[in-house]
Amino acid sequence: MMEKRDLKGWLYLLPAMLFLGVFMVYPLIDVFIYSFEEEFNFASQSFTGYGWDNYRFVLRDPFFMRAVRNTFILVIITVPLSTGIALLISLGLSSIKVVRSLFQTLYFLPYVTNTLAVGLVFMILFKRTPVSEGLVNVLINWFGGESVDFITGPYWAKMLVMCIYTIWVVMPFKILILTGALASVNEDYYKAAKMDGTSRGRTFRKITLPMISPMIFYLVITGFIGAFKAYSDAVALFGTNLNAAEMNTIVGYVYDVLYTEGGGYPSYASAAAIILFVIVLTITVINLLVSRKHVHY
Amino acid sequence: MKVVLENLTKKFPGRTRKDPGVTAVNNFNIEIPDGKLIGLLGPSGCGKSTALNLLSGLLAPTSGKIYFGDEDVTDLQPEKRGIGLVFQNYALYPHLTVIENILFPLENLKGEEKLSRDQMMKRAMEAAKLVQIEMLLNRKPKELSGGQQQRVAIARALVKMPRLLLLDEPLSNLDARLRLQTREEISRIQKETGITTIFVTHDQEEAMSISDQIIVMKDGVIQQIGAPQEVYDDPKNLFVAEFLGTPQINTFEGEVKDGKLYIGNEAVLNVRNVNDQKVYVAVRPEAFIPDPEGPLSCAFKALEVMGRDTSVVFTSKFSERKALRAIIGADVKVEPKDGVVRFRLRSPKTEIFNRETSERVYYEEA
Amino acid sequence: MKINKNGHMSNALFKTGVYFGLIIWALIVLFPFYWMILTSIKSYGAYNAEDIPKFFTLAPTFENYRFAFTAVKLGRYFLNTLIYTFLTTFLMLVVTVLSAFAFARLNFRGKNLMFTLFLALMMIPYELVIITNYVTIKKLGLDNTFSGLVLPSVTSVFYIYLLRENFAQIPDQLYYAAKVDGTSDLKYLRRVMMPISRPTIITIVILKIIECWNSYVWPRLITTDENYYLVSNGIQKIREEGFGRENIPAMMAAVVVVSVPLIVLFLVFHKRIMEGVSRGGIKG
Repeated sequence: MMEKRDLKGWLYLLPAMLFLGVFMVYPLIDVFIYSFEEEFNFASQSFTGYGWDNYRFVLRDPFFMRAVRNTFILVIITVPLSTGIALLISLGLSSIKVVRSLFQTLYFLPYVTNTLAVGLVFMILFKRTPVSEGLVNVLINWFGGESVDFITGPYWAKMLVMCIYTIWVVMPFKILILTGALASVNEDYYKAAKMDGTSRGRTFRKITLPMISPMIFYLVITGFIGAFKAYSDAVALFGTNLNAAEMNTIVGYVYDVLYTEGGGYPSYASAAAIILFVIVLTITVINLLVSRKHVHY
Repeated sequence: MKVVLENLTKKFPGRTRKDPGVTAVNNFNIEIPDGKLIGLLGPSGCGKSTALNLLSGLLAPTSGKIYFGDEDVTDLQPEKRGIGLVFQNYALYPHLTVIENILFPLENLKGEEKLSRDQMMKRAMEAAKLVQIEMLLNRKPKELSGGQQQRVAIARALVKMPRLLLLDEPLSNLDARLRLQTREEISRIQKETGITTIFVTHDQEEAMSISDQIIVMKDGVIQQIGAPQEVYDDPKNLFVAEFLGTPQINTFEGEVKDGKLYIGNEAVLNVRNVNDQKVYVAVRPEAFIPDPEGPLSCAFKALEVMGRDTSVVFTSKFSERKALRAIIGADVKVEPKDGVVRFRLRSPKTEIFNRETSERVYYEEA
Repeated sequence: MKINKNGHMSNALFKTGVYFGLIIWALIVLFPFYWMILTSIKSYGAYNAEDIPKFFTLAPTFENYRFAFTAVKLGRYFLNTLIYTFLTTFLMLVVTVLSAFAFARLNFRGKNLMFTLFLALMMIPYELVIITNYVTIKKLGLDNTFSGLVLPSVTSVFYIYLLRENFAQIPDQLYYAAKVDGTSDLKYLRRVMMPISRPTIITIVILKIIECWNSYVWPRLITTDENYYLVSNGIQKIREEGFGRENIPAMMAAVVVVSVPLIVLFLVFHKRIMEGVSRGGIKG
């Protein structure tokens, strides 16, 4: 009874192994194979040989390069900005007592909402239509600015909306993690600092920041990974034809290539997905190396 | 129902190739009489819990047989053996109330044994009444004290009307006052039900006070079996002598030579019918008689007066112990001279053991 | 004394600043929700007549909701999502509970190796496996079916991990006690382990429901038939095609309908959800 019973254990694991095998392990191997199968034809399931053709095609595809550029811009803007704002908000939250938990709960609300649905609201807020300038433009006009078409207008305007929405979407998770990290710092450190007459800024730099640095790096890493996979927010704002809107992302490119009438090109999609994976992996490794140097304890 | 263990052995394999593993139960041959309360006693790690798990069927033996009555149960699953098991930490289901906990084993009964809801309730109430927890039936385990949890665990074990009741360290999680009370309680319940009961403990006082028989174990081997007083008075080896009794028996290095028992150069007893050999001399605390003319001299350290008795603390260069103890009546005067206290020894409570084998050496006082 | 007083002054100023900032962020978070509800109850005519959008309406109407349910198959999308969410969550629970039990309670050869492999799978990005899954489902002819929607979404290694940790905290003695009483493994799992781990199981279920309700990419790939659209795809379709003409209030009504179930779920279970997410959930 306390001894090993091999068969039973495997029996209980069987369903999970079946599902994971078919929909995780096999695809993982297969995606690499796909990415090297040249001139794969979806209808006849045939290909001419193995090679780097698919990678070459993807890397030369202007749509892919545009998607890479968009994704990088998005990552570079939103990750530091959202982490920074989240840190400010969390610090604010942890310095108050009244209605703190109300704020915490409220701030988490965007996490559970449907990205596509709320994205539509953002689009409405920014959009300029024949009948209305859109709320954001009205505000800009109040402050004496010129109206901008954020949804179908200039590139930087579209990118701005995209960044704003992305930050709005990722904030709940970051605030949650950071308030948790701040709450777990032992009160005694702050008491000691107060006794020594340490200023607020110094307390933050010398005590709080080092103590929560592991969590900040965790957020930066997951933030990078998440932002590199941006897609549905873009669809919500600019529609499914992201190439036409010049706002495609790498993941968007993968799906677009995969999902075309008449079958699509799984080989190109695989190559693009693997390139994305390699980028993410590289960035994560760099992050980890940096964090090893800078994260205290 | 009597329980018979025949050449029962349990080996645990080593984790690595070099590790030979452990023999937790080594060739047990015991016959446990029907309707008795048996204490399975030994220091921690001696294999007593393994023995209990073999009896319960949670572990399968490496070799040997277990009989319940005339039935060979060696290969029987735990639930088929008709045992009740009470765990050290009680193992009550935290999400179920007291009564639901007691009912749980009955709900598992199948086939002919299957009971109606009313019958189950009746049985559960009887068990609850037996351990006196009728007023706690709707509480959750975490709302009970340790002693009450213990009672619930016993009720849950008894509700199936087991042939054999097993208790694993039943008192170790209770505070001192509750421990005394609960051990009387266990003794009462056992007498009332008449179920053969085996309990495991490392506390010799506990085992001595309520068992009809004790089984003393060490390193997987049975050292001695018998009624508590019998084992205490007549230990078969030094381990048993040292393990039983509080304060512990006092052990000296000594020698039998020319009809005399020596500790160092001091002849403490005249002996006969015993060969000359090096021995351990083990003296119960109550066997010391203070006597300024006595043969055994020791270095006096302290007197501890504890109402009825007085305990004399001393050391000897022929004993490795940091403190030896003699217990004497409070009215007896002890007058150490120059830091030395002298004793005579009472022979009935002074045992000797061969220095090589630690086995008992019998002698007669001359 | 003077220094002390100054300290108090700057402290009060600091507090005011903090509250101001926090309230601003609360407004930023809430405003889109307010705007979606507000717009959804403005009549089509009134909305289009507002050159400068108004922050309130004096003539609320539910006409847009009726329109959203009749002009497009919003009810259908809604029902599909309910079915999809229920099936996926239920299967996930069965698979997760069984494997968590095996990892936490049973002893078998290769257990530790298998657990390590499972954990390694947590690192695999969805984007890498979705391509083959798409091809597999298409080959099996399961596109535009619930099986095709549900099956690839069932397993979540993270939930297995979460539940295993929880199961592992249940003392072994309970299991042995149950064994002595003749309880089968399955019954022990159902009657003892699952009730004890109820909070974790509820957390897992809610997180999975949220995940299902919001899933967009997979259903978009394998449903071309509108009758199998989930709400996300439905919303997207409404965005692209409108209601014959661009009808923003009706669009917002649809958005409200899609958002409400999750918001209600959040209001009821926000503690559980936040706790579960902070234990390692990443927006899926």
